[in-house]
Amino acid sequence: MKSAVIVFPGSNRERDMLYALELITGVKPVAVWHTETTLPDVDLVVLPGGFSYGDYLRTGAIAGRANIMTDVARKAKAGTRIMGVCNGFQILCEAGLLPGVLMRNAQLKFVCKEVGLEVANAKTDFTSKYSEGQVWHCPVAHGDGNYFASPEDLARLEGEGQVVLRYAKGENPNGSLNDIAGIINDRGNVFGMMPHPENMIEPLNGATDGRVLFESVLEAVA
Amino acid sequence: MKARIKVTLKNGVLDPQGKAIEGALGALGFSGVESVRQGKFIEVELREQNREKAHAALDEMCRKLLANTVIENYAIELDEK
Repeated sequence: MKSAVIVFPGSNRERDMLYALELITGVKPVAVWHTETTLPDVDLVVLPGGFSYGDYLRTGAIAGRANIMTDVARKAKAGTRIMGVCNGFQILCEAGLLPGVLMRNAQLKFVCKEVGLEVANAKTDFTSKYSEGQVWHCPVAHGDGNYFASPEDLARLEGEGQVVLRYAKGENPNGSLNDIAGIINDRGNVFGMMPHPENMIEPLNGATDGRVLFESVLEAVA
Repeated sequence: MKARIKVTLKNGVLDPQGKAIEGALGALGFSGVESVRQGKFIEVELREQNREKAHAALDEMCRKLLANTVIENYAIELDEK
């Protein structure tokens, strides 16, 4: 599986993502600087975590309008799998590739800890190797992970199975509506999540729960 | 031409920062504060001299970048001269 990781000024998890992708897919991913206009021919495009543009204006707002995002939108439309983690999720929302927005955590504190994630939809390309309702563990590290969408968008997400991951009961770290931790677009190829699966891939991380997510994509692409 | 843009959270959107400010005002002894909502204030200087064109350009800037209309409202104010 060929993959690319987009790097914005202020991204800081791109190395973790590049490492995870190479380890799990066996193919060295391509790092793409945000000023580029064309993405390489890949099966998966990842927008990594970090603090692009220092979170100025709104998290992900300026990166969401970067040069490369025009090609990300084109690839999304063509059906290529796109995944945004943490700041990458915020950027996908700001770019209009996913509905809703990630707001300041309800308790106004940066959260950095491990949380339980419940698989709300195991029929997506990103979660097919988990089972429905399974709770796995994954670290979160963010100040703006409070998912919000209009009542219409929220109803559509819930009705169409587009809520893919939820914080496990009692573990919502940021006030997200309906405990939402990850969503997918209606077509099923653009996925965003706040927690960091790339940091839960080998025994040194404490567990390998996040590896399953990458293995799901790998299987979907094969 | 100078413009002032106010970006505010829509009614019904939770504003934890506003709530924290409200709490701090209360802690300072300011009683009678019913509620606080915070937002952004952006000043833009434009070369454009035509008010109508300037307003149209600013409106597009707000929709495309300055505000996220999922959660925010914006108001544009142009200087008289």
